[in-house]
Amino acid sequence: MSISTAGVLARPDEGTAAARATPKSRKRRLPDLRRWISPIALVVLWQVASASGVLPPDKLASPVTVFGSAVELVADGQLGSAFLVSMGRVLGGFAIGASVGVVLGLLSGLSRWGERIFDPPVQMLRTLPHLGLIPLFILWFGIGEQPKLALVAAGVAFPLYLNLHAGIRQTDPGLLEASRVLGFTGVERVLHVVLPSALPQTLVGLRISLGAAWLSLIVAEQVNADAGIGYLINNAREFLRTDVVVVGLLVYALLGLATDALVRALEKRILRWQAR
Amino acid sequence: MASAVSVRGLVKEFGERRVLDRVDLDIAPGEFVALLGRSGSGKSTLLRILAGLDTDVDGAFEVPGTISVAFQQPRLLPWRRVWRNVSLGLRGVDGRAVAEKALAEVRLTDHVDAWPLTLSGGEAQRVSLARALVREPDVLLLDEPFGALDALTRLAMHHLVDQLWREHRPAVLLVTHDVDEALLLADRILVLDEGRIVAEHHVGLARPRRRASFTDLRTSVLADLGVDDVEAA
Repeated sequence: MSISTAGVLARPDEGTAAARATPKSRKRRLPDLRRWISPIALVVLWQVASASGVLPPDKLASPVTVFGSAVELVADGQLGSAFLVSMGRVLGGFAIGASVGVVLGLLSGLSRWGERIFDPPVQMLRTLPHLGLIPLFILWFGIGEQPKLALVAAGVAFPLYLNLHAGIRQTDPGLLEASRVLGFTGVERVLHVVLPSALPQTLVGLRISLGAAWLSLIVAEQVNADAGIGYLINNAREFLRTDVVVVGLLVYALLGLATDALVRALEKRILRWQAR
Repeated sequence: MASAVSVRGLVKEFGERRVLDRVDLDIAPGEFVALLGRSGSGKSTLLRILAGLDTDVDGAFEVPGTISVAFQQPRLLPWRRVWRNVSLGLRGVDGRAVAEKALAEVRLTDHVDAWPLTLSGGEAQRVSLARALVREPDVLLLDEPFGALDALTRLAMHHLVDQLWREHRPAVLLVTHDVDEALLLADRILVLDEGRIVAEHHVGLARPRRRASFTDLRTSVLADLGVDDVEAA
């Protein structure tokens, strides 16, 4: 999954780099099958190591066993319900964190006073590693759902805030001047000039914050969970079921990939004006 | 008849440096004035002041009518289609229809729905012209609008601007350092040097003009700019 520099201010060139990468994907219609050789060889090697006893199942289950357990967990509904619980946590935490990040980002991006008031504390707080806040969150919120949502929200809010704020501040002054002499109202300037020009950077922030959301969830679910994928994994650890642990990890990875693909698709649609 | 632009004793200072030094300027309605000068002569500053982009000045200036500006860079919004770029900011009109008409005038009918980044430099600059003209300004300020274009495109643009001006008849202030451009297009040429208007020429030639018709005038304008005209020698 894409755990890219959570909570770190994305550099301005990241936006353009991400944007330039889009047209390239059109050329990728024919995948180079040779790139599959080494991953497949690794899985085969893993299977051979397991079958020959070099890799004991209490350390790591074989690929075949993992696959079998995955089928089983899907069939008896365990994986499905765990998935829904974890997904709910991410969505809930993301909704809270994104609202906070976007509202504060807009306030401090669009108004000088907003920046004076909100930017200093946010810039100070972002230096805290948000995953390190778990002890405090447990003291504040107990060990139920709240600390998990809070941790995800904290992971989401900062990258979104920082990138939205930076995106707004990067607006080309030439375009703002032009819109002024063309008689745009203040609202029109924000709507047609400032916000669209902040969008590429904001989408970079969205991608980082979604990565942070999954990472936060994984950590939060390690602490104490009575449901969800983290619970599935921890429970399996108690019984040395490494196959189930691996299945859980794979689900995390797939979810991360899926959300990343979603944002990419979104970028392609929203930033289609960049295609040349 | 009231002036379209009237400037009296305009002074602009950046720190210690006096960029504009008691400039007086009048432009009649429908008059095409070219403001020539070397880089740093203050010509773009004067245009920016008239456009309302630079407000910290001494002296008086008045532009009673509406103003439109075309810059050296087209400054289109890359995330709005071409026609939206032309019509944005207009009120109380059918934006699409108005934009289509204006784009037809600059011969860009085929690019109405294009994204600005897909346009060539000349095409983008034509959109910028259409955007300026669609506002039917009393005063059109052109800040080296052909400076970033290649020589061939520039020739075509001179022609287009000449045509559009004769059709719409706004008062024009064209800031440029291209003497031929000024001679081709303007009724009157002002030479700005170190913040002062140091020379004025009336170009009483019929339009469309040919280069051959203004060689003598060219030599004297170049002399005002401190350049020897080797072609005349």
